Amino acid sequence: MIALTTLIIAAQDSATMLWREIKHSIRLLRLLIVSAILVPVVMLLLFDYVLGGTLGRGLGDAARGALYVDYLVPGILVMTVAGGCGPTAINVTMDMTGGFVDRIRTMAVTRGALLAGHVGVSVLRMLVATAAVTGVALLVGFRPKASVADWFAIVGIVAAFSFALAWLSAAIGLATKSVAGANGFTLPLSFLLPFLSSTFVPAGSMPAGVRWFAANQPFTAVVDTLRALLTGAPVGNIPYLALAWCAAIALVSYVWAQAEFRRGTK
Amino acid sequence: MNAMTKRETRIAVSVNGLRKAYGKKVALDGVDLSIGEGEVFALLGPNGAGKTTVVRILSTLIPADAGTASVMGHDLHREAGAVRALIGVTGQFSAVDNLLTGEENLHLMGRLLHLPPTERRARAAQLLERFDLVAAARQTPATYSGGMTRRLDIAMTLMGRPRLIFLDEPTTGLDPRSRQIMWQIIRDLVADGVTILLTTQYLEEADQLADRIVVLDHGRIVAEGTPEELKRRIPGAHIRLRFADVASLDAAARELREGARDDKELVLRVPNEGGIRSLREVLARLGDDVAVDDLSIHTPDLDDVFFAVTGNQPEEKTR
Repeated sequence: MIALTTLIIAAQDSATMLWREIKHSIRLLRLLIVSAILVPVVMLLLFDYVLGGTLGRGLGDAARGALYVDYLVPGILVMTVAGGCGPTAINVTMDMTGGFVDRIRTMAVTRGALLAGHVGVSVLRMLVATAAVTGVALLVGFRPKASVADWFAIVGIVAAFSFALAWLSAAIGLATKSVAGANGFTLPLSFLLPFLSSTFVPAGSMPAGVRWFAANQPFTAVVDTLRALLTGAPVGNIPYLALAWCAAIALVSYVWAQAEFRRGTK
Repeated sequence: MNAMTKRETRIAVSVNGLRKAYGKKVALDGVDLSIGEGEVFALLGPNGAGKTTVVRILSTLIPADAGTASVMGHDLHREAGAVRALIGVTGQFSAVDNLLTGEENLHLMGRLLHLPPTERRARAAQLLERFDLVAAARQTPATYSGGMTRRLDIAMTLMGRPRLIFLDEPTTGLDPRSRQIMWQIIRDLVADGVTILLTTQYLEEADQLADRIVVLDHGRIVAEGTPEELKRRIPGAHIRLRFADVASLDAAARELREGARDDKELVLRVPNEGGIRSLREVLARLGDDVAVDDLSIHTPDLDDVFFAVTGNQPEEKTR
């Protein structure tokens, strides 16, 4: 009975913090639209219109006879999710450096609620941005061949990856303790790792040193899963690999974040 | 609450042998405190004396290295949750959410305190009214003055009707008018029966508000008592006489023999331990021939106390 009450209070506190973060996101809407939607849209347009001709011809078999935009969009969607890391880490850092977190710590509030709110809103923002970028992709000629069941799987994979990266960003935000640090340490996630994956070109086409990393890193597993689902290709075991990566990243990041949060004040 | 705990909670805060060090720097070096319910208790001291460390420990933010402490009968370490439900903290640094409006900030507190929605709204409206924030309720604190932000901060603390409130330097950085308003807010809280632990580096503030004062210096208690007791402990009562010229000052110094003279200011300070009787005596000895420009009677203030108990002048404060 006590455990149940504790659970209900924890859920209520987390919902309150989520309410707070949603209000924050609304207040910072213009900023978020630029970083979460405009940046991936620009990447989409650049790679499709400017570089797409050559890249598409170079793909050969990997494109399966489709246009380059169909190859590109799954990667852009993963980049969109990753683009949400910076704002999340920065928001967490700013919360930890202000007096507000001390107020929360002196109240009988569930310890994990503040982080749960940050992670929850982060996932929401990533999903909304991914949906918006998908809409733009459809406008510029993206033609997915996914079935209804595939779409459910796609939303599930995007949500799982968002959840994993949101916890990772929260942990980075807690560990860095400065806005510049939070921004700097999430930059590899949102910018470097997508390039070193199958986002724009197949990992197999990369130089030997990078190839192994690109072929085996989590972004590639997620991108390949989405690409298979969106283009109607056989998916094989890749979705399980992608989900395993998401679970591993989420678990490690969660433990790291909790440790950092406890360490927060001395 | 049964009769047993009710009797025990007559003491709001009890602290024994509190120690805290940050690396090699000792912040608290064995502090004992006992604060009764309904009391305004001031921790007075310069920057770095350990005031904020006491507040951070007692408000469950950081653990002490040694010593025991209880708040309203709950052990700080073992029953942190129970302590948190009874206290309210307004720290030195603004703890308002700058992206939420004033009203939303209060509602956030109400939600975290699990107040029913009707009570939450009523309490928020009442506090906005009480702290003169109705017109600014729909704006974010980015548009607020320092005094308004501090009032919102305290209003947020009061959403939960805490029985013990920690006010860590509540008027630091405020203009004189906002300071007066804050003092009135604190007096009103006391009238409601709330216990207050106040830290300040303003001696005047402790004198104005506190029932009891503890003077902290380098993590140790160097003096303790009511403002009156502290003032009585130290010499410093004197009559200050200012003269029109050096000749009058010379004449007066000859007649009175004791006292400290300041030739630049043309001032003579005469010890005045006997009140009106010694004042009359001083005037009689001066006679009608010595022209006194100005006369004032000085009772010691807490600056004198600080000097007497620590041997240091408190650092110059900028207000």
